[in-house]
Amino acid sequence: MAIVSRGFHGRPRAGGDRLPPGQYLVDDFPVLSAGPTPRVPTDRWEFVIDTESGQTHRWSWQDLMALPSQTPTVDIHCVTRWSKLDTTWEGVSLDVLFEDVETAADYALVHSYGGYTTNLPLEELLDGKAWIAHRFDGEELAPVHGGPARLLVPHLYLWKSAKWVRGIRLLNEDWPGFWETAGYHNFGDPWLEQRYEDD
Amino acid sequence: MTAEHLDGNALAGPLAEIFAVDVTAATGRCASCGLAGPIASLHVYGPEPGLVARCSGCEEVVLRLVRGPGVAWLDLRGAVSLRVSLPDPPDLPDLPDLPDLPG
Amino acid sequence: MTRPPRRPTWRAARLTGVRPETGSARTLRFEVPGWPGHLAGQHVDVRVTAEDGYSAQRSYSLAAPADGDAIELTVEAVPDGEVSPYLTEVIEAGDEVEIRGPVGGWFVWRPESTAPVLLVGGGAGIVPLMAMIRARRLAGSRVPFRLLYSLRDPGSRYYADELRRPDPGLDVAYLYSRSTPEGWPRLAGRIMLDDLAEGGWPADFEPDCYVCGPTGFVERAADLLLALGHAPGRVRTERFGPTGG
Repeated sequence: MAIVSRGFHGRPRAGGDRLPPGQYLVDDFPVLSAGPTPRVPTDRWEFVIDTESGQTHRWSWQDLMALPSQTPTVDIHCVTRWSKLDTTWEGVSLDVLFEDVETAADYALVHSYGGYTTNLPLEELLDGKAWIAHRFDGEELAPVHGGPARLLVPHLYLWKSAKWVRGIRLLNEDWPGFWETAGYHNFGDPWLEQRYEDD
Repeated sequence: MTAEHLDGNALAGPLAEIFAVDVTAATGRCASCGLAGPIASLHVYGPEPGLVARCSGCEEVVLRLVRGPGVAWLDLRGAVSLRVSLPDPPDLPDLPDLPDLPG
Repeated sequence: MTRPPRRPTWRAARLTGVRPETGSARTLRFEVPGWPGHLAGQHVDVRVTAEDGYSAQRSYSLAAPADGDAIELTVEAVPDGEVSPYLTEVIEAGDEVEIRGPVGGWFVWRPESTAPVLLVGGGAGIVPLMAMIRARRLAGSRVPFRLLYSLRDPGSRYYADELRRPDPGLDVAYLYSRSTPEGWPRLAGRIMLDDLAEGGWPADFEPDCYVCGPTGFVERAADLLLALGHAPGRVRTERFGPTGG
């Protein structure tokens, strides 16, 4: 039994039914990082989808801007227990990017400028569940939050929403990413509190 | 807020849960560029979601440590080797329980 | 009889005294039964737990040499922090936290060392350096120490009275980054090559240099020391990052 420190309460942990178990609310936007912040100028930025059969689909920043965008308002949940409600984004739905991609793969490995990776089943990226987001709260997405563009998959813990996203590899076999090979859960559903690999 | 890093000194407490010697005073060699130096001089990001220690020369990952409830995951694949200074095995009776630091 | 494990374990620590240092920082003295002793420059992890079992943990440098089972930490309140406001505003004598340590074997000064020492502290980075100054005095070491202490303004000085008192063999110089005392000869500004050239030791003396403070300060001071010819192996750094609170 741990010793209780009289008068210590910690951050408020209560929340309504929009708060997954074990989370607390924040108003600011905490920055967590596993390395130096990459600075990627948009004139050298590109996004690629590589299929399991070796085909490559490529978008420049201009290509991305020319695609129809959406403005999702979503709640986001970080595995380090903070949640932020009603965040407003602008980005391109992955349904748009996958329109001409022919694939039978079940798995996606997302990779980023700076070397970060994260994995998820391909179906978690489709049907209106994920975006390549390039604006947050009405402004260009700042580099510390993943700008110029990050993946946004708000129904999973935020480490799946890779900052500085560079591309997606489609795979027949699941390939665990950066945190998924270091003890974090392979799927990461905040409502099931899938934080660590044994959860 | 910026994404500033700490240095390897910040690993001392978390690694002391796992190792009986102070690993931050050990010399590690980066598997990517070969640079050798004290673990205490690595660039450390974290502590959440996990501690990520990068080579101060090439910024590649040397060590990762995630602490969950009742378990820790340690990944050392970015380190070729660790050189740890150790005293020779003591023939002495019980020593007082002072900090056991090499050097 | 088996030897007790040397691996640091969580120990109960009871607050026995508090000294204010500045408007936002104070020194806390804890009684930690079974404390194994420590070296100047080492730090500890502090864990605080709420009634409902929620707990949070932070690292703090030890501010003084061990005194039996008593240890001292100096804690600065971090705005919007979680643990530091508790330690600087709420906790009272008799309250308990848990402490694990000591940890860190790199950023340490040992009393048997004979090299001259340069201490370069930025803001709260003075804390482990003060432990070294106190350990030197306690050991009666005659190794010459120089301290360069960089502060935002005169009101943010820790250990003001103690550093004012004469301590033979210790030279103390202050730099101010935002505002200076009236009539101060040096303009307010961040640490420069001249500050380290004048207030430090020549590289020929092969001093051990300890630099502690916020990341930007440490990077800059360490780069300047290397530019002055100090060997990388003699410049030891400890950064206070943004992860405290």
